[in-house]
Amino acid sequence: MPIVTDTGFVPDDSPALVALEDIAVGGEGIALDMPLDADPEVVAPHFNRIGLIVIPFPSFADGRGFSLAQRLRALGYRGTLRANGHVITDQYPFARFCGFDEVQIDDALATRQPEDLWLAAKDRPVPPFLKRKAQAWVA
Amino acid sequence: MYRYDEFDHDYVRARVAEFRDQTQRRMDGALTEDEYKPLRLQNGLYLQLHAYMLRVAVPYGTLSSRQMRTLAMIAERWDEGYGHFTTRQNIQYNWTKLTDVGDILDALADVEMHAIQTSGNCIRNVTADHFAGAAADEIEDPRPTAELIRQWSTAHPEFAFLPRKFKVAVTGSPNDRAVTKAHDIGLRMLRDADGNPGYEVIVGGGLGRTPMIGKVIRDFLPKADLLPYLEAILRVYNLHGRRDNKYKARIKILVHETGIEDMRASVEAEFERQMREEGGPVVLADPKQVERIEAYFAPPAFADLPAKSDALDAAMASDPALAAWVATNTSEHRANGYSIVTVAIKGTGEAPGDATTAQMRALADLGERYSHDELRISHEQNVILPHVKRDDLPAVYAALQKAELASANAGLITDIIACPGLDYCALATARSIPVAQDLSERFAEPARAKAIGNFTIKISGCINACGHHHVGHVGILGLEKSGIENYQITLGGDHTETMAVGERAGPGMSAAEVGPAIERLVDAYLERRSNDDERFIDTYRRLGAEPFKDALYAA
Amino acid sequence: MAKAFKTSIVSANDLFVGDVVYMNSGGGWTRKLAEAAIAHTPDEGETLMGRAAPQQAKVVGPYLAEVALDDDGRPFPTHFREKFRTRGPSTRTDLGKQAINPERREPLAASGGI
Repeated sequence: MPIVTDTGFVPDDSPALVALEDIAVGGEGIALDMPLDADPEVVAPHFNRIGLIVIPFPSFADGRGFSLAQRLRALGYRGTLRANGHVITDQYPFARFCGFDEVQIDDALATRQPEDLWLAAKDRPVPPFLKRKAQAWVA
Repeated sequence: MYRYDEFDHDYVRARVAEFRDQTQRRMDGALTEDEYKPLRLQNGLYLQLHAYMLRVAVPYGTLSSRQMRTLAMIAERWDEGYGHFTTRQNIQYNWTKLTDVGDILDALADVEMHAIQTSGNCIRNVTADHFAGAAADEIEDPRPTAELIRQWSTAHPEFAFLPRKFKVAVTGSPNDRAVTKAHDIGLRMLRDADGNPGYEVIVGGGLGRTPMIGKVIRDFLPKADLLPYLEAILRVYNLHGRRDNKYKARIKILVHETGIEDMRASVEAEFERQMREEGGPVVLADPKQVERIEAYFAPPAFADLPAKSDALDAAMASDPALAAWVATNTSEHRANGYSIVTVAIKGTGEAPGDATTAQMRALADLGERYSHDELRISHEQNVILPHVKRDDLPAVYAALQKAELASANAGLITDIIACPGLDYCALATARSIPVAQDLSERFAEPARAKAIGNFTIKISGCINACGHHHVGHVGILGLEKSGIENYQITLGGDHTETMAVGERAGPGMSAAEVGPAIERLVDAYLERRSNDDERFIDTYRRLGAEPFKDALYAA
Repeated sequence: MAKAFKTSIVSANDLFVGDVVYMNSGGGWTRKLAEAAIAHTPDEGETLMGRAAPQQAKVVGPYLAEVALDDDGRPFPTHFREKFRTRGPSTRTDLGKQAINPERREPLAASGGI
C-alpha cells in the first residue's frame, strides 16, 4: 500500500488511525480517519492535535473527497491530508489543488499505474483559471 | 467574440496531449475502460452504437465563420460529411475513430475550439440565449458571464467528479430563450431597484426521468459575487448529492429532497464562509479579466440605418416565398435596419440539426459576408446569423435556397427538435429521427404550417430527454415496450419563461400511429382555437387536455 | 426466477474504430454476424464471456446478445436495438455496416484482433 507524494512512492509509516468518535481521546499528532459524510467543523477544534487526516476514495468517480479536503483547508487545517483508496494518476493534480498532500493506493493499482506515471501526472495541465489567478496574485 | 489568451491556448493544447497520453495508457492497460471512460467523456468522446461520437463544444453557441469552416473540414476529413447540431448548442460527429480524435482535437485547437467537458459528471459546456448581443429585448449580453463560467469551470479540480452531470444556462433577456428553468443552474440577468446588475439564480431544474422546473434560490445576486456563489452551490451538491442511484443523482433531486429553504441555507452558509475568508474568496474573478472578457463581446460597429428597408420591401412584394421566410425566420434586432436570421436546419424529411459539409461552408460564407463574421447554434438545433442588414435579407435568402437551408419554418410545427435516438445513440430505447422526418413531411405544406402557427414538437428517444420532450407543446418520448418501439405523447409543455412540464396524454402508440395522431390533434386545435392568433399552447391552457386527448386517441 | 437463457452471441465495439464486432469461434473478433460463435447454453455463454474479458485492449463492453437462428443455422438479431447495430442508422442506409465501405474496417486486424 504505497503512498504517492510529489517525489514518488514512499512506504506507509503513519500511526494507527483514530476514528472520528474517538477524536477527543489521545494526545498530540493523531491520525484521523475522516468519514466522507463528516462535518469538517466538528473536527476544526482539534486541528492542532491532528498530524494526519485520511479521506477515503471508495471509487475514483466519487469526488466528495475533493470538496471535503477543500473545506478542511479553508477551515485552517495545516497538517498532512491524505486521499486513500481508488485515485488514478489523472486525478493527482486535482487532489493536490484541493489541498491533499499525498495519496495512498493499493498494490494492484500501484502495479498497473507505477511510480513513473504518478511522477508524470504532476505535470498535467494546470486549470487556466488557477493559472490566471496565480498571475493576478503576482501582479 | 472571445479570443483565447495564452492560458487558454496553453491549456487546450496541453489537454490534447493529455488526451493522447490517456488513450495510450488505455491501450497499454494502465487505465481500465472504467477509468478511461470518464476521461474520454470529459473530452467529449462517447462510444455509441456504431462508432465513437465526438461532441465538440460551441461555448454559449457562438462561433466565427473560420470556426464553422473548421467544423466542416472535420466532417469531411474525419467523419462522413455531416455533423449534428444539438440541443445544448454543440455539434456532434457520429463516425469518429479513436485513433483520429487527437488530430481532430488539434484541428479544433487551431481555431480556439475544443471538446472539453461536453460530457461526463462535471460542469458541462455553458449555454446562453442564441440571440445574445443582438436581441431587441435584451437587458445585458449573457455571454461574458457564460465565458467567465467557462473559464472557472474548465478543469475545476474540485468539481470534475460530481454525482452527475451539471448544466448551466444564462439569459440576459426576460424572454427566456435559453431554457434556464430546465437547467441545474439557470441565471437570469436583471437589475436591482438601484439599477445594479446581477442575477436571479435558479437551481434544480432538469428534464430526464424526473422533470423539475428550477426554483429560485437567490432573487438577486450582485454580479461580482457570481463565482463564489456558484462555488457554494457546487460544493453543497458535490458533498450531499446522491451517489447511490444514478437516476437520483442530479441536483434537482437534492433540492427536491432537501427542500429549497434548507438548500438555500446550506448554500448561503457556504457562500458566507468564503466571503469571510482572509483576503476574500479564492475564486473571486479578477476584475481585469472580467473587463477583458466584456471587451470581446462589445457590439460590432452597426451601420446607422433606417428601420425600414425599401429594398427588402420591394423584394418581398415580388417574391412571396421571401416574404414568408422573412416573416417566420427573422427576429427583431437591437439596431435599426438589422434582423436576426434563424436558418432552420429542418428541411422536409431531413434529420433535425444535421448539416452537411457544404451547408456548413455556405453558412460560414454568409456569416462572414452578412453577419459580422458571427454565427450561433440554437438549442432548437438551428443556426443563427445574428446581425444581418435588412437590405441584405434577399441575398441571404437566395444563398440559403442554393444551400437547401431556406425552410421558412422557424417556430412552426416542422421546426422539430429531435435527439439522435436509436439510429445512433447507445442509451436510446427507440428511434427519434424517423418520427421527426415523418412529421416534417406531413406538415410540409407551407400554408398549412403557417396557419397552424407557433407549435413546438420535441422528440426524445429515451427517458434522458435530450430532445426536451417534456417542454414541447407536444412531446414525444420513444420507449421500448415488449420488444418494439413505443411512443408516449405529452401535451402542454413550454420551454420559455412560463415553463411547464407536459402532461402525459395516455397510453403509448407505435411509430406508425404517431403521425396520424398528431394530425388529428392539430385538426382539433384548429377547430377550437378562438382566433387565428391563439397558439396551440394557449388553446390548450384555455380548454384543458381533454379535447386533445380525445383527438389523439380517436382512431 | 432467473431469466431463461436464449441463444446468444458475444458482441462488443472495436476499441480503435468503435464499430460493432462479434466473437468468433476462435475467441477472436469478426465484423460479420454470420461468423459469430453461438452460445446455446448458459455455460457456453459464460465460456465466451470468459474469453472476452481479458481482451480489453481490443474491444469495449462485450456482452451477450440474444439471437435466433435461420434455417441454415446462421444467427440473426431478435431485438430491434441489435438489428440497428448489425446494420447502421435506419435513416442513413449509406452508412454503417449496411453500406459497403471496406476502408473503414482496417484497424481491428491491424491491432492483431482477428
